[in-house]
Amino acid sequence: MAYFNEIFTGTKSLFVGLGITIKEFFKPVVTVQYPHETITMSARFRGHIELTRDLDTGGNKCIVCGMCQKACPSGCITVEGEKREGVKGKVLTVYRLDFTKCSLCGMCVESCKPSAIDFSKDYNLAGPSREAYVFDLLKRLEEQR
Amino acid sequence: MNNELIRLLAFLVGIIAFAALNAAYLVWVERKGAAHFQRRIGPKEVGPYGLLQPLADGVKLMTKQLLVPDGVDPILFKIAPIMLLVPAIMSFVTIPFGEHLAARNIDLGLLMIFAFASVNVLGLLLGAWGSANKYAVIAAARVISQNIAYEIPMLLTTIALIMATSTMNLNEIVSQQGGGIWNWNLIRLTWSASPLTPIAFLIFFTTMLAETNRAPFDMAEAESELVAGAFTEYSGMGFGVFFMGEYANIVIGAALTTILFLGGWQSPLPFLPNSVIWFLIKMYAIIFTVVWIRWTYPRTQFYNLLNLSWKILIPFSLANLIVTAGWLKVF
Ligand code: SF4
Ligand code: SF4
Repeated sequence: MAYFNEIFTGTKSLFVGLGITIKEFFKPVVTVQYPHETITMSARFRGHIELTRDLDTGGNKCIVCGMCQKACPSGCITVEGEKREGVKGKVLTVYRLDFTKCSLCGMCVESCKPSAIDFSKDYNLAGPSREAYVFDLLKRLEEQR
Repeated sequence: MNNELIRLLAFLVGIIAFAALNAAYLVWVERKGAAHFQRRIGPKEVGPYGLLQPLADGVKLMTKQLLVPDGVDPILFKIAPIMLLVPAIMSFVTIPFGEHLAARNIDLGLLMIFAFASVNVLGLLLGAWGSANKYAVIAAARVISQNIAYEIPMLLTTIALIMATSTMNLNEIVSQQGGGIWNWNLIRLTWSASPLTPIAFLIFFTTMLAETNRAPFDMAEAESELVAGAFTEYSGMGFGVFFMGEYANIVIGAALTTILFLGGWQSPLPFLPNSVIWFLIKMYAIIFTVVWIRWTYPRTQFYNLLNLSWKILIPFSLANLIVTAGWLKVF
């Protein structure tokens, strides 16, 4: 009797399985057709870091304190600045991120008092060479203007 | 040239074109089907709805180098794909697509198809053996034991069916199922067929899947355990021909199921005309089901496959044979 029972339940479960897949067959497609369409990343998505814009001046908010450079465990960040006539504090001249070593840990973002850096939402990161991943974030900020 | 010769030539060209076209587009159907069962789109870039994809695949396969690795048996290795494809194409000869649309109306058509169906397993075995590759040999051993196990219930159910139809002529079998859906062998409500035919149909369909090496019985390829099984060492068109043979076998299996159980070219309702369209609709419905099954069930363990055949399918088909014989004797 157990033999027939097994056959019966087995056969039934096979048909149940077929029923499930055929229902999925007629449901709409869920995949994103990537190069043709993209989705906007969620608010907490962590891309590589970028400089944030100072809405008053239109420039960056960096005070060249160098905290991010010190905080980075992988030494990805290079910050350089200079004194300028008539400007209080230092002016940022170089902000280079070596993304090849970045682990997206966020230490830099956390250590920045004036919130001058933040994660970008950029994930289209294909490039022909290693050097393509050393980003000049200052230039990037200007290009985005 | 006499008419008979022209007719045969036309059928030869037609059959080869039909087989090749089906092999190519079944790959497309499979990929599209797989995609939609998983709620993807599938091929869509090459041509509208990806319809030119098989062409692109074909060109790719043909331009690839035909590698013959060191240590293989050069003759077996080369003839194996052909040994898989030729029997499948030969079987098309006697398939009645329509009332008068068969290359040859052979009285022993069913027997001929089964004879050729056993040869194509040999093609797989030779190819795998000739490859001198351990994965291929394991796959071949599995395929052979699987085919032996599943050929028995397949033939037993077919014998039961032949007892009811008392002919092996495929066209004749189809003719007997005329006059509406209730006359098809699947659900025949007359005294001349046993009430077990729906079960016979299930057994036949299962064994057909196993004979054509389709999932969940795809021991020949078993890509997750055996690289590519019997096809491991094949590249380029050698692999392409194997693939065509596999798909041609699926078409034969589906056509045979249509003929034996679903009334072939007979229309489902008496007032609709019989035509080749019905045959194609039924055949492709079965092929769709085959794809559907592939993307529903995972491949089972090999022991379970053999258990399914020896412990369930064979006893049931034997019972079906005996019941049918008794039924025919009594009524
Ligand atoms: S996220 Fe981490 S690793 Fe990347 S630059 Fe910032 S501190 Fe360095
Ligand atoms: S980005 Fe922030 S932490 Fe880094 S140097 Fe500028 S102000 Fe300092």
